[in-house]
Amino acid sequence: MSTMTNFVAWIDKRYPMTQVWNEHLAQYYAPKNFNFWYFFGSLAILMLVLQIGTGVWLAMSYKPDAELAFGSIEYIMRDVEWGWLIRYMHSTGASFFFLAIYLHMFRGLLYGSYREPRELLWIIGVLIYLAMMATAFFGYLLPWGQMSYWGAQVIINLFSAIPVIGPDLGVWIRGDYVISDVTLNRFFALHFLLPFILAALVFIHIVALHKVGSNNPDGIEIKQGPKGNRWSPDAPADGIPFHPYYTVKDIFGIGVFLFLFAAVIFFAPEMGGFFIEYPNFVPADPLKTPEHIAPVWYFTPFYAILRAVPAVAGSAFPGVLAMVLAIVVLFFLPWLDRSPVKSVRYKGPIFKGMLWMFVVVFIVLGYLGTQPSSPFMTLLAQICTILYFVFFLAMPWYSKIDKTKPVPERLTP
Amino acid sequence: MKKLITILLLAAVPLLGHAAGPAIKLDKAHVDLRDQASLQRGAQLFVNYCMGCHSIQYQRYNRMARDLGMTEDEVRENLMFNPDHRIGDTMTIAMPKEHAERWFGTTPPDLSVITRARGSDWLYTFLRTFYVDESRPFGANNAAFPDVGMPNVFWHYQGEQRATFGGSEDNPVLESLTIVPGTGSMSSEKFDDAMRDLTAFLTYVGDPIKVERERLGIWVLLFIAFFTVLAYLLKKDYFKDVH
Amino acid sequence: MSADGVDLKKRRILTAATSVVGAVGVGFVAVPFLKAWNPSERAKAAGAPVEADISKLEPGQLLRVKWRGKPVWVVHRTERNLRDLPTMDGRLADPNSETPQQPSYCKNPTRSIKSEYLVAVGICTHLGCSPAYRPEIGPADLGPDWLGGFFCACHGSFFDLAGRVYRGVPAPTNLEVPPHHYLSEHVILVGEDGEAA
Repeated sequence: MSTMTNFVAWIDKRYPMTQVWNEHLAQYYAPKNFNFWYFFGSLAILMLVLQIGTGVWLAMSYKPDAELAFGSIEYIMRDVEWGWLIRYMHSTGASFFFLAIYLHMFRGLLYGSYREPRELLWIIGVLIYLAMMATAFFGYLLPWGQMSYWGAQVIINLFSAIPVIGPDLGVWIRGDYVISDVTLNRFFALHFLLPFILAALVFIHIVALHKVGSNNPDGIEIKQGPKGNRWSPDAPADGIPFHPYYTVKDIFGIGVFLFLFAAVIFFAPEMGGFFIEYPNFVPADPLKTPEHIAPVWYFTPFYAILRAVPAVAGSAFPGVLAMVLAIVVLFFLPWLDRSPVKSVRYKGPIFKGMLWMFVVVFIVLGYLGTQPSSPFMTLLAQICTILYFVFFLAMPWYSKIDKTKPVPERLTP
Repeated sequence: MKKLITILLLAAVPLLGHAAGPAIKLDKAHVDLRDQASLQRGAQLFVNYCMGCHSIQYQRYNRMARDLGMTEDEVRENLMFNPDHRIGDTMTIAMPKEHAERWFGTTPPDLSVITRARGSDWLYTFLRTFYVDESRPFGANNAAFPDVGMPNVFWHYQGEQRATFGGSEDNPVLESLTIVPGTGSMSSEKFDDAMRDLTAFLTYVGDPIKVERERLGIWVLLFIAFFTVLAYLLKKDYFKDVH
Repeated sequence: MSADGVDLKKRRILTAATSVVGAVGVGFVAVPFLKAWNPSERAKAAGAPVEADISKLEPGQLLRVKWRGKPVWVVHRTERNLRDLPTMDGRLADPNSETPQQPSYCKNPTRSIKSEYLVAVGICTHLGCSPAYRPEIGPADLGPDWLGGFFCACHGSFFDLAGRVYRGVPAPTNLEVPPHHYLSEHVILVGEDGEAA
């Protein structure tokens, strides 16, 4: 035992190992009333690690070459020992990563985790989300199937829709007049690079979190409450050490999440066309558009917004702008919410109604993004797009006039 | 350019599901990937009738032998017709692209993942819905794949199938398909069974690990469930401390 | 922490059980990643046994076939060569092939299944150059004592016509004899032991 103590002392003299452990785990006091919504942060980190691990392994056999890319995926699926598992982990992992992030973001929306003093924490989070979307977009081209090709075609053309610089920008992004081998090769490089930027952003996100401390379902600042708990006289009375309490709790959450993850990988890796789209089993053909183009499910709400906005004077730019704004508006959320309370538990009926409306609108938009457009569908998408923006842009008003309930002094169990 | 974008954005009609051409009702294939005899019969049909034009370039002979319960010698004798092929090779064909284009106007596609792109039900329906159409270069058309660029290679089994059209002259609608009695060497049930075997084989080729994957999946889920129960008990025990 | 009557023994057992099962799980996950580095089916197919047709190989000639990306020689030794082999022993580092550089069925004076045919991997056991085939008897550059063999020009190693290494040269061991067997009188399958082996 003393050898161990000496060893730790030797390290601590040169690297703040024990200090980091204590500050961020053993003596990091988190509110004691976390519920299941608080699983998704650590689950998202797990997915990032899994995506990087499986991705690096796939890169060992993948060929970023227009002639070879499609075949190299089948090579991984058939000829590389266990390659099929690593590939399905990666393709399913992308969807589960987004699932965890969407639920993590919704948690923030529920309990006002973006409110002062967590504005920067939220903004860094939105940056992470943007980096994820970019990573997913670059990665989706790599299998070089029909959906990869035409999906990328549509998204790059969004940039081309920007007035004046658009057409040149599109060519610049592709490095060619059409999506080609050059595009594929650079997308592969970027798909490999971005996860490391993502990891750096996640690190900054956690640094910011540990500066301000975790929010909780009551939206109360435990640091401002009474001091002293069974672990430390200086710690917040309503805090419990992250380790071991939330580490064991998160491990349980990981178990449940991995169960669902494995169920998809082993029994429904295509998830009925939602996780791997069927047209992607046809090699990319620049001369033949598939009958239906739909992005993967995690992009469809924004795709539906894009399609809902009609072209103005022959330009698709308004739609593109609406789609971009739908994401950009998230950055301003901390200042849009004027409610005197943070958590939905103490907010009034108007906010609750708006929040549930937003959830329904987001899901309906997501569904519409997968469907062919028809006059009815387009009208529905337009209504949902308006409601999407109403939720955010009217928030300063409705959050202020809403009746709120009194917030308790201490956390409720 | 702007026009192109507008066209792309407005004309892009997304739909999840297998791209299946026209909306004819697909028959259920009901393939059984665990029925090795069926898969073997399907492999036999494939190498004899399809592999003249269509490759399955990602499938290896030796893996087929292993997965379908055949010895490598059985595969060499019954299923390998190319003298240059070795047992570890993939099932490619020798037809040069240029010839194919000259003969068929198009390159016969590789069929390794055809069932994953279009679905087993589509393939099963396609194989059984060729009908006589003198206006086509090969004298045959297909209900599941209108104006298909290939002949009906199984006509001597199935017999001559004739189509009846309804609708208007400009917009004919396929109403029914009937086989001219006595023209085929197989009964309709037998032919359906044969096509089911072939569909099963190509479904296997599309995702050769599927049976093994699902077998393994049960154990993985049981293991994770066991771990999760332990983790839950541990979590519950620790949270006794928290009031 | 046992203040509230927490059963520490139970907690320790649960912690240990979860840790062990978790560690086993991580071990399971590692397996596919490690195994993914094994030769793929494509590599195995490319490295499959190759046939060498020796029907047209005259005495004194050498035939090269490629097996697993390496040159494999088949040498048809002359009767003179076979008579000379035993006389070489004194000049060699391992005349009796004690180092296992050959399958057991080739651990014999001629290092072969049929004495007139030598099958060997044509890679110098020193640093991997491919030696030159020098069947001449007493050529000018190698001296009058040369009875035929292989010369690796990279670092000056000599081997006799059974692939046995000379004493005092950089190469440490005899040339490798790959697993092989005769499919028929004139066809050798390189890369696979015969059924008798």
